[in-house]
Amino acid sequence: MSLTRQEVEKIAHLARLSISEQELPVYVTSLSSIVDFVAELARADTGGVGPMAHPLVGLRQRLRSDEVSETDQHERYQLNAPSVQSGLYVVPRVIE
Amino acid sequence: MADWEVVIGLEIHTQLATRSKIFSGAATAYGAPPNSQASLVDLAYPGVLPVLNAEAVRMAVKFGLAIGAKIAERSIFARKNYFYPDLPKGYQISQYEDPIVQRGRLAIALDDGTVKTVGITRAHLEEDAGKSLHEGLANASGIDLNRAGTPLLEIVSEPDMRSAKEAVAYMKKVHTLVRYLEICDGNMQEGSFRCDANVSVRPRGHTTFGTRAEIKNLNSFRFVEKAIQYEVARQIELIESGGKVIQETRLYDSDKHETRSMRSKEEANDYRYFPDPDLLPLEIDSSFIAAVRATLPELPDEKAARFAAQFGLSPYDAGVLSASRELGAYFEAVVAAVGAANAKLAANWVMGELSSALNRDGVEIGAAKVTPTVLAGLLARILDDTISGKIAKEVFEALWTEGGDADAIISAKGLKQITDSGAIEAIIEQIIAANPKQVADYRSGNDKLFRFFVGQVQKVTKGRANPAQVDELLKQKLG
Amino acid sequence: MLHDLAIGALADLLRRREVSSVELARHFLERIERYDPVLNTLITATAAEALLAAAEADLRLQRGESGPLLGIPLIHKDIFCTEGVRTSCGSRMLDNFIAPYDATVVARLRAAGGVMLGKANMDEFAMGSSNETSYYGPVKNPWDTTKVPGGSSGGSAAATAARLAPYATGTDTGGSIRQPAALSGVTGIKPTYGRVSRYGIVAFASSLDQAGVFARSAADAATVLQAIAGFDPRDSTSVDVPVPDYRAALEQPLAGLKIGLLAEFFDGLEARNVALIETALGVFRSLGAETVEVSLPHLPLSVPTYYVVAPAECSSNLSRFDGVRFGYRCASPKDLMDLYKRSRGEGFGPEVKRRIMTGTYVLSAGYFDAYYIKAQKARQLITDEFRTAFTRVDLLLGPTTPTPAFAIGAKVDDPITMYLNDIYTIGANLAGLPALSMPCGTIDGLPMGLQLIGPHFSEARVLGAAHQYQQATDWHLHAPRGYA
Repeated sequence: MSLTRQEVEKIAHLARLSISEQELPVYVTSLSSIVDFVAELARADTGGVGPMAHPLVGLRQRLRSDEVSETDQHERYQLNAPSVQSGLYVVPRVIE
Repeated sequence: MADWEVVIGLEIHTQLATRSKIFSGAATAYGAPPNSQASLVDLAYPGVLPVLNAEAVRMAVKFGLAIGAKIAERSIFARKNYFYPDLPKGYQISQYEDPIVQRGRLAIALDDGTVKTVGITRAHLEEDAGKSLHEGLANASGIDLNRAGTPLLEIVSEPDMRSAKEAVAYMKKVHTLVRYLEICDGNMQEGSFRCDANVSVRPRGHTTFGTRAEIKNLNSFRFVEKAIQYEVARQIELIESGGKVIQETRLYDSDKHETRSMRSKEEANDYRYFPDPDLLPLEIDSSFIAAVRATLPELPDEKAARFAAQFGLSPYDAGVLSASRELGAYFEAVVAAVGAANAKLAANWVMGELSSALNRDGVEIGAAKVTPTVLAGLLARILDDTISGKIAKEVFEALWTEGGDADAIISAKGLKQITDSGAIEAIIEQIIAANPKQVADYRSGNDKLFRFFVGQVQKVTKGRANPAQVDELLKQKLG
Repeated sequence: MLHDLAIGALADLLRRREVSSVELARHFLERIERYDPVLNTLITATAAEALLAAAEADLRLQRGESGPLLGIPLIHKDIFCTEGVRTSCGSRMLDNFIAPYDATVVARLRAAGGVMLGKANMDEFAMGSSNETSYYGPVKNPWDTTKVPGGSSGGSAAATAARLAPYATGTDTGGSIRQPAALSGVTGIKPTYGRVSRYGIVAFASSLDQAGVFARSAADAATVLQAIAGFDPRDSTSVDVPVPDYRAALEQPLAGLKIGLLAEFFDGLEARNVALIETALGVFRSLGAETVEVSLPHLPLSVPTYYVVAPAECSSNLSRFDGVRFGYRCASPKDLMDLYKRSRGEGFGPEVKRRIMTGTYVLSAGYFDAYYIKAQKARQLITDEFRTAFTRVDLLLGPTTPTPAFAIGAKVDDPITMYLNDIYTIGANLAGLPALSMPCGTIDGLPMGLQLIGPHFSEARVLGAAHQYQQATDWHLHAPRGYA
């Protein structure tokens, strides 16, 4: 089942990935072959089993005690930031 | 014109009052400098992982028990995937198919005194996003992630409300309840308590729902009411003029008093929910639930019913006094001091003078100089006729601003009530002598002048004469 | 030569002060300088930090402290966050990223006195089976530099094979430790899911990722695993199960060991591969093991299952790379959408984008049930079938890869051919089982691996069986020529 160009564009948009005009057909081809490959799953008989939640059985989520354990490290963390002003991460204007 | 029925459901986001975030150990305190409370987990750095806050779970369970809901033995955290700068991971950890709190209900009192039960579909845990700020940034926005990761309990109602007023009553009830349970401070200005309203209309008698619009982030009771009213009118007008309501998200503009479509939400987002593989299923057993149940306070409805029964209060008064745990506790402390027989007096003063002063000055009840003991002391002086109710108000104002106790103020200002009949008689005789025309008028049938004489007596005595005695003696003297 | 010695032997020399940690570090740093320009196993060499760490280790040794890894050099796959050192994941997206913290694995090895020589090259964001998708260029297989070393932990495998470090860390999501171990002729172990903390490992597929070890013997791998295994409260998927003494368990004899041979593994296996495994089986039998035929009927679904689940999880895990708080940001973004699309479009390579899009697709409305849910059901079936098999046998044995190392560039055009490289390794990831690959011979002069898979938390038995095999054979001691 081949994916259409529009479908690939829509997926790229959902995933916030820019794909150039030249690249697009390559992705259409490779994504189509991947989807074909995994479509074998759709045909498989998985009987009455439920989807796996976790590889290890019988484990439950651990609970952490409600304590403040972190200090203000923003200057150190923001060393990696592309654009910071007055402690804020700067991005192009967010429109509500 | 068709008869329209309004259908409203509310989604309320309450910030849970934990010390640390739901999945990280960063602090949740409001108002900290930008990004000073954003840990690596909150910043979604590569390689970090979420660990669940036990207190957030307890608070969710507490809420579930208070609304009579089933607590899921096993609930799952799911990722809600979308891109937004205040959502650092590019997904929000929430709960989708298996929420921690399942179906419950809440009784709300309507204006006409009737009680309506509103269904609560579910309540689930999720993390809050950060904030984007625009001031001082040209063509840009600044992202503060202090709020990112704060625990939220999202409470989803059934579409059971049929008017803006009902919606507000429900919202107020939830607001009271979460503060009672001490799981949320309910501070709407700070964003601890936020409401989205789903509004649709349908011709009365229809059972299918009309297309609904969602109005987001209403942060006051007034706005909720106005936004819903506007939206209902908008939808009705739209349909009656041949249009169709589009399923969309709208914002309430509190300056223009209207709702408008959110520009950035083009098509419905495909959130691609799937169970979060970094978290295991949350399993809650009966001993956990029992431990939380043991911490449940007396709930507002229970308290109101008890006040009405125990102290003979009207349902309205009982409701007002149980609106917050602090107010209820204050009231009970006063009653304990003045006696259950005087509960009505206590109720009047707590609902009246005390509440007015608290609201007027924006004071927290726990910080008021007029403590229950102090108020009880004042009421005792009314009850033993040391002062009149009117004078007591003066004393209250002094207690409110200066502190101290009633006796000290009565003594310092010489406010003790005059109850000596002889003294009152003497004053009455003076006034009769000084006002012959009014006396004659009164005696010839002008009953209204009685108040004049009362006023004169109180003027001379600076309001300290016992009103009942004044009345009785005046009647005697005037004839 | 120092670089031919086992970790235990190096530890002895250090303890007896016959060599210092600084000398040891210098020795390996020199080899890196000499051989890595061709092999390209490292993205970042940390010579200065290494010498500092080595000096500290020497102080500890002088104070009489001892430890199996104290003062011993290592290499970390560049997927582990290392505080103050670039952590790139083989990607342009993180080319400028200096990690502000240590991964738990890194912290534990640091505490044990490990001396980090550098960060190993890898397939971008761990997506690949040949180390050809790295932003920093391909890694060459030391056995034949026209061939791939395997992936995604290609740098760690090649460095260990060329003896540029006594051991290296790696991660394995669909075979990324075992497959390069096999193609590069070294021993590699992927522990049980939850055995080793994932905190600080840049996430690819959260329910499949596991940290593990490359070394030149099972005994050395056991020593390293001992130091990194164990519960970590910062990882909710980390399991609180006691860590046994792996080294002590190595000597346990194999008499009575039941080894299962999966029909699905041998179905269509190339004759020379079969021959190597038959030979290895002979060794195991002579050590007292017996073989049993077993079958996992749903195992053939493991590759399509993996290529639904892993992309789904990674499409979500990689959303955090958006040019806002760290990592690559495109030049002059004109608006928010442009910032996201171009930062991600330019920062990620094609394989990563392919997998993100595959994942986005299988999670999207309308496809979720048919792909993601179906895949998780298949995964449950496969896991159940493994569990059943382990009621009859103690370990499973089979090939690691279908062929020896292939030529660089041979498979880059067709993703599916590349994906099929993982056919023998993926099952263990889906079921969370511990699995190891070790050298068992050669085909066309290139190393081939043998895989052992055990039930959950049976690392001791897996390592023990491998160790006993390595006591009776010497494939693991073979080294590529030219790295004297």
